[in-house]
Amino acid sequence: MSRECALLLPRVCAALADPRQPGSDDTCLEKLLDWFRTLSEFDPSVKLVQDNPCLTEFITSVLVLPEPSPSTLSFTLRLAGILAASESRFQHLQQEKLLVRLFGGDGPLSSAVWEDASVRSGWVEGVHSMMHHQPALHFLCNGGGIDVIFGLQGDPSLFVASAAGRLLVHMLILSMESEPTKPLSEKDCDWPACAQMIIKCIEDSLQSSSASHVEQSLKLLTSLFGSCHSTWTEVLWLGIEKEIESFLTEKTVQVQHALANLLLNMAWSPVFCDSEGSFWALVTSALEHLTPVQAGPLAVGLLRLYKCPQDVRIQALTVLLQPMDCILRAASQPLEYAGLLDESVSDPATVESLLSSKSSCAGLLCQNLAHLEELLSLIHLPVDVPYASLLRSLTTILQFCNGFLSPTSPLGSTISRILINSSKVQRSALDVVAALLERMSCDTFMETLFDVLLAYLESPNTSPTVLKKTFQATSKWLLHLNDVFCSNGERQQTEKILEDVFLVLQKRLCSPCWEVRDSSLEFLTVLIKCLRDQEEFRQSLLSSEVPRLVENLLEDPESYVRASAVTAVGHLAFITYFAPELLAVGNQFNKETVIKLQEMLSTDPEGFPRRAVISIFTKWLRQGCTGQLEDTEQFVSRVIQAVEHDLDWEVRLGALELVEVFCSQTICQLGVPKCLYAPVSSAVTSPAHQNKSLQVFCRAKVFSFLFRSLCDCDKPVGQRACDMLLVLRGNFCPSSTLKESQEAGDSPAGPGIAWLQRTVRQGSLAQNIPSDGGNRVDFEDPESMLLALGTVELEKLRDELNKCSDHVEKSPQSLLQDILATAGTIEDNEADCY
Amino acid sequence: FFQYCLSGHPTLPCNVLKFKSTTIMLDCGLDMTSTLNFLPMPLVQSPRLSKLPGWVLKDGSTFLDKELKECSGHVLVDSVPEFCLPETELLDLSTVDVILISNYHCMMALPYITEYTGFTGTVYATEPTVQIGRLLMEELVNSIERVPKAQSASMWKNKEVQRLLPAPLKDAVEVSMWRKCYTMPEVNAALSKIQLVGYSQKIELFGAVQVTPLSSGYALGSSNWIIQSHYEKVSYVSGSSLLTTHPQPMDQASLKNSDVLILTGLTQIPTANPDGMVGEFCSNLAMTVRNGGNVLVPCYPSGVIYDLLECLYQYIDSAGLSNVPFYFISPVANSSLEFSQIFAEWLCHNKQTKVYLPEPPFPHAELIQTNKLKHYPSIHGDFSNDFKQPCVVFTGHPSLRFGDVVHFMELWGKSSLNTVIFTEPDFSYLDALAPYQPLAMKCVYCPIDTRLNFIQVSKLLKEVQPLHVVCPEQYTQPPPTQSHRTDLMIDCQPPPMSYRRAEVLTLPYKRRYEKIEIMPELADSLVPLEIKPGISLATVSAVLHTKDNKHVLQLPPKPPQPPTSKKRKRVSEDVPECKSLKPLLSGSIPVDQFVQTLEKHGFSDVKVEDTAKGHIVLLQEAETLIQIEEDSTHIICDNDEPLRVKLRDLVLKFLQKF
Repeated sequence: MSRECALLLPRVCAALADPRQPGSDDTCLEKLLDWFRTLSEFDPSVKLVQDNPCLTEFITSVLVLPEPSPSTLSFTLRLAGILAASESRFQHLQQEKLLVRLFGGDGPLSSAVWEDASVRSGWVEGVHSMMHHQPALHFLCNGGGIDVIFGLQGDPSLFVASAAGRLLVHMLILSMESEPTKPLSEKDCDWPACAQMIIKCIEDSLQSSSASHVEQSLKLLTSLFGSCHSTWTEVLWLGIEKEIESFLTEKTVQVQHALANLLLNMAWSPVFCDSEGSFWALVTSALEHLTPVQAGPLAVGLLRLYKCPQDVRIQALTVLLQPMDCILRAASQPLEYAGLLDESVSDPATVESLLSSKSSCAGLLCQNLAHLEELLSLIHLPVDVPYASLLRSLTTILQFCNGFLSPTSPLGSTISRILINSSKVQRSALDVVAALLERMSCDTFMETLFDVLLAYLESPNTSPTVLKKTFQATSKWLLHLNDVFCSNGERQQTEKILEDVFLVLQKRLCSPCWEVRDSSLEFLTVLIKCLRDQEEFRQSLLSSEVPRLVENLLEDPESYVRASAVTAVGHLAFITYFAPELLAVGNQFNKETVIKLQEMLSTDPEGFPRRAVISIFTKWLRQGCTGQLEDTEQFVSRVIQAVEHDLDWEVRLGALELVEVFCSQTICQLGVPKCLYAPVSSAVTSPAHQNKSLQVFCRAKVFSFLFRSLCDCDKPVGQRACDMLLVLRGNFCPSSTLKESQEAGDSPAGPGIAWLQRTVRQGSLAQNIPSDGGNRVDFEDPESMLLALGTVELEKLRDELNKCSDHVEKSPQSLLQDILATAGTIEDNEADCY
Repeated sequence: FFQYCLSGHPTLPCNVLKFKSTTIMLDCGLDMTSTLNFLPMPLVQSPRLSKLPGWVLKDGSTFLDKELKECSGHVLVDSVPEFCLPETELLDLSTVDVILISNYHCMMALPYITEYTGFTGTVYATEPTVQIGRLLMEELVNSIERVPKAQSASMWKNKEVQRLLPAPLKDAVEVSMWRKCYTMPEVNAALSKIQLVGYSQKIELFGAVQVTPLSSGYALGSSNWIIQSHYEKVSYVSGSSLLTTHPQPMDQASLKNSDVLILTGLTQIPTANPDGMVGEFCSNLAMTVRNGGNVLVPCYPSGVIYDLLECLYQYIDSAGLSNVPFYFISPVANSSLEFSQIFAEWLCHNKQTKVYLPEPPFPHAELIQTNKLKHYPSIHGDFSNDFKQPCVVFTGHPSLRFGDVVHFMELWGKSSLNTVIFTEPDFSYLDALAPYQPLAMKCVYCPIDTRLNFIQVSKLLKEVQPLHVVCPEQYTQPPPTQSHRTDLMIDCQPPPMSYRRAEVLTLPYKRRYEKIEIMPELADSLVPLEIKPGISLATVSAVLHTKDNKHVLQLPPKPPQPPTSKKRKRVSEDVPECKSLKPLLSGSIPVDQFVQTLEKHGFSDVKVEDTAKGHIVLLQEAETLIQIEEDSTHIICDNDEPLRVKLRDLVLKFLQKF
C-alpha cells in the first residue's frame, strides 16, 4: 500500500462507518474490496491489519452500531472475509473476537438485518473469501455454519442461493484436500469431519420427499463433479448412486431436468467417463427414461464428448432424431418411407403425444432443431447422421408450416394444424437445413427441397425473418447446383433454377419492406461471392433485371439497404466492370455507378452506407481493380479527401485500412520487401526508391491523413495511424539514420516539425493545423515528411495510446479520494446548517 | 326465434331474423359473380369480341349461337349481365319491418327488395355506408346503362337447355331468378327509405326490441349489430376487421354476453395475409413500371383503394416511381376521394387527429395536389389528353365485365410488359380473365381482404363467449380446394350451427323471461314478507296491461260496491269481479310437532311412515292419511268433511300465510 493511501485509509474507514453518511456508491465499495483483495493476495502476512489498525477499528465500530445499514454491514462482512483469507490474519481477527461476532450465530445471522438479501449475500461471500485454510473451516463447521449455508441454498434471492451452493462445493473440496485422511474406498469411508457433515446433509436431502431439497443437492453435486476431478468424488458418488438412479425410474420427485445436468457434468469428468463402473449404464437409462425435452440437452452434450462410448453416442443421436422420425412417419403414407430410425430409445408414444399437443409441439421441435444445429456445427461428428432422411424430415416440417402438405395420418393432420404459420419453427428448421447443406453431398431429394425453398421465397406470407433464413438456406443449396445438375450435363435445368431464383429476387428487391430488400441484397452478395466463377450463374444474373434494380437501391431511403446495395454493387463489379473478358469488349457496367459510390462516400448522411463504400473500395484496391477506374494514386487521394473529416470513426478507420493496402502495394510494386511488415533490405531503401514512394504518398496526401489521425478523438483510429507510421518509418528511416534526424533541428523544416511533435504530444493536431504562419508543416514535401517520421516520438505516442483511457482514475488513491469527496460534501452541508 | 337464410354467399349475406314480434332483415348483399358468365361490355366496339364464334351443341344444333359465344374454350352469354338476387320466395318480404345494413358492399340488392316486394319498413345504416353505397350503385348502373345492348338472352335459361350447356353455365343456380341491373330512380327510391344511425345509437323497434350498430373496423361506417330485448341478445357480426386500416377499430366489448352470435363476412382468402399481399402488390407494380409496362388495377371505387393509395404514397418515392402517373377512373372517383376525407368521425384514431391539425386524413389528397394521382369520370375527355405511359390505372369493375377496365384489358392485353393486378377478392381472377384469352399481359393475384381470418375469429369467440354461434356452412368445413387445412374453419364449443341458402333455422334459444313494470300505486300496496333471510315475497293481484310490447301491472279495480241506486253501471266498472283471494302459504311442517299436536287434539293412534319425498301420517282409526311432502300436503279421508277441515286447520297452524 502506498504511503498516500495509508494516510487516506483511516479517514475513509471513519467515513464508511459513520451512520450519518448516506452510504457510499456500490461501485466504489466493490472497487475498494477489489483493492483489498489484491493487497491481501500480494502479502498474506498479518502486516496489513497491523499497519492499518483502522481496518479492525472500522469492523468494531460497525459491529457496535445499533442499526447498521445493510450495505455497510454487507461490505464489512466481505471485507472481514478477505482479510481472514490468510491464516495469520484470521488468527489476529479471532483474537479480537471479530470473526465470531460477524459470522457466528449471535452476529447478523440472528438480527433483523438478516432479512436483507445483501447482508446474507455479504455473509456467504465473506465466508467464501476466508475459506482457504483449516482454521476457517473448523471455525465454521464447529459454529453450526454448515446448516446455515445449506438453508441458504433455498434462499429467495437467487444470488444468495447459488453463492451458497458454490460455497458448499468449495468447502467440501477444501476439507478433502486440506485434512489428511487415509485413502478412501467405498467400503471404508473415513471422511474428514467437515466433509462428513456436508456429505451427510447431501444424503439427507436426497432422501427427503421435497423436490426443492433434492434439486438443491443435485445442483450441488453437478457443480462439484464439474469442478473437482479427484478420485474421492467417485467414492462419494458410489454412496448416493442408488438414490439418484431411483429418481429416474420412480419419478415421485420431479427433478429430471437437474438430473440431466448432473449426468452431463459427470460425463465430462475424467473420474466417471473413464470408469468401468455403472455410470454409462445410468446415462443410457436416463436417455431412455427422460422425456425428449429433458433428454435433449444431455444427448447433445454427450455427442460433443470425445470419450463417450459409441453405443451411448448412437443412443444420444437417436434421442435427437426421434421427433424428426415421428414427423417423417406422420407425414408419409405407411411404408412409403422407413422413417429415420430403426428403433427408438424411449416410447415413441411420448414423442407423438408431445408433438400432437398445441402447447408442447413447437417448443419441442424448436429445442430439438437447435440441438441438431449445434450438433451439425461440430467440426468432427463422432456418429453417422442419416443426412438424407434428416433433410426429408426438415423439408416435411417446412411443408407443414406453410400448409403445402396434406398428410394422410391423423397425427400428421394434427401436427400440420399446429405448425401452420409457426415462424419460430420455420426459422429453426431453415437454420438446420442451412447447416445440413454445408455437410451434405448431392442427394436426389434436394430437388424437392429446392421447390419448398422457392415456395417460401415466392410466398407473400413469408415473414421477413423467415425469408432471411430462407435466403441463407437457398444460397447454401445453390452452391450444390453444380453437383446437382451440371455433372449430368443438365445445363438447361440449371438455367431454369437460376431464372426462378432471379425472378423472385427481382420481386423481393422491390418489396416495400426494407428488411426484405436488405436481406435480398445480402443474398445476392453471397451468391456473387461464391458463384461468380460459374458461367451459367454470370449469364443468368446479367440477363436478369437484378443488376439494374440493385443500382436503383443505392438511392434507397433506408440506410441499411443503401449499405447492402453498395456491397452488392461492389461485388457485382467483379463480374461486370472488372471482369477481364468484359474489358476486351469495353465496359458495359455503368461508369456512373463508381462515381455514384464516390459521391455517397462524401455525401451520404448515414454512416452505414459510407462504411460499406470504404470497405468495397478497399476490397477493389486489394484485388488490384482500381487501376482500371483511374490512377490509383488519384483514387486514394480522392478517398482521403472525402473521409478525413468524416464524423463516423469507423469510416476513418476503414480509410486507414485502404491507405495501408495502398502503401503496401506501392512499396511492393518497386521490389522487395513484399509487404509492409517484412524486414527492410538495403536494396529498396536506396534514396531513389525512397523518393519515388515518398513522393507518391505525399501526393496522395497520405501523411497529412496519418498525422491528423494520430490525434483523432477516437482511439482506435489514432492507434492504427500510429502503427502505420511506425511501419513507414521502418521502411524509410533505417535505425542508423533515426538518431541523426532526431537531432537535426536546424533544417528549414525544423520549426514546423518541432511544432508537429509538440502538437501530437498534446493530441490536438486535427483542430490546430494552421493555414499559414511560421509553423506550417508541408505534408506534401517528402523531405519534411522523412524528417517528421524520424523526429516524432511515435513509440512513446503508441504507449500512451495503448494505455487504458481511465488509467488515472483507476488508481486506488483516486478511489479513496472519491469516497472522501462524497463524504466531504456531507460535512460541508452540515456546516451550512449553522 | 327463426332465421331465414336468403343468400348462400357468406360474404354477401341476406338473412331475416324473426325476433320476438319483429321481422328484421340483416343485410341484402347482391351476388355479382353471376356476371362472370356473360361477355364483357366494351365501351368501344371490340372487333375481337364481336367476332367470337357462336356456341354449337355437340349434335350440331346452332339455335343458341346468338345467345352463347365461345372464347378459348369458355362459353359466355352474349347479353346484358344479370345478377343473382337473394331468395324471395322463402317468406313474404313485405312483412319485413326493418333492414339493418352492415356495410356498403352488403346493400347492393337493396333496390330489388324495397322496390319489388311491397316492403314498407325502414332501412337503418350509417351515413358513410349510405353515401359510399350510393356511389357503388351509381357506378354499377352507369357502367351498364352506358353500353346499351339490344339483345337479351333468355333461351339458355330454359332448364332443358341449361342441362346441355358446359360448366359453369350448367351448374349456375336459379338462373330463372337472375335479374338485370336496377335503374337510378330505383336506387334513389331505395336510398330514400334509409334512416341514418350512428355507432352505439340505440334504436327502439316497436318497444319490443332494441337494435344498435357497433363499429366493425372493416370499412368506413361499417357496423355489426346488436339486437336485444330485456332478456335476449343476438349479435350480428358481418364483415369485421381487427387490422389497423383506415376505419374506426372494431368494438368487441359490446358483443359480450350474447345468446346467439351470427357470424358472416369473414375473409374470402384466409391463406393470404393482407400485409404480405400489399407488399406483393407494390413489388409487382414497381417491377412492371420499371420495365416500361403499364399496371391495371381492377377495383371498387372505395375501400381497399384508400389503403393502397396510402401505401403507394409511402412507397413510390423510395421505389423511384415519383414520375409515374397514377390514374383513378370512375364516374364516382372524385366523390369517393372527397367523401373519404370528410367522414373524420368514422376514421381510426390516427386519422381523426389529423383533422384537428388541420390536415386531410388520407394522404391521397397530397398525391392529387402534387399531380401524382389524377382522377377522371371516364376515359373520354380530359383523360385522353393527359394519358401518358407507362402508368398505373385504378378502375372498375373488378369482374372485368363492364366499366372502363374492359377498355384497358383490350388495350393492354396484348403486351407482356403490362400487368393486371387483382386486389379485390370477390371474383375468381381466372374466371374474370376467361373472355380475354389468349392474354399476353402478366396477371398477378394479390387479393387484399382485411376481414377476420379464422385465427382472429377463434380469439374473438374466446373473448366475447357467445352461448351459440350461427354461421354459413362454408365456415364449418375446410375450403374445398384445401381439404387438409382443418385450421381454416370455425372451431368453437358448442360447434356452430350452420345454414345454407333457402334454409330456415330455429335459433337455439328459448324465451324465458319478460319484463313487466309495476305501477307505483300498486307497488305501494304490496306487503313483502321475508321468507328467508334476504328474500321477501308478496302476492300481487293486478291487471296486466299490454300495449306496444310493453307490459304494465295496474291496480285491480275495486270490488263492486253494492248498488246504491238503480243507476246504470258505469263503463269503467264493467270489468270482471275479483274473487276474494286465498292467502299463499309457505314454510314446512315439522312432523314430530305435528304428531304431538294431533295427539293433543285427540288422535291417539298416529303412525308416521317415511317416504322418498317426505312422510305419511296415518290416523288408523279415522282411516285417514296425511301425505306431507316438500311442496304439497294432501289429506285423504273418506267423506268426512269436518274431519278434513279440522286436520287442515291443524296443518295451517304450522305454515305462514301472506
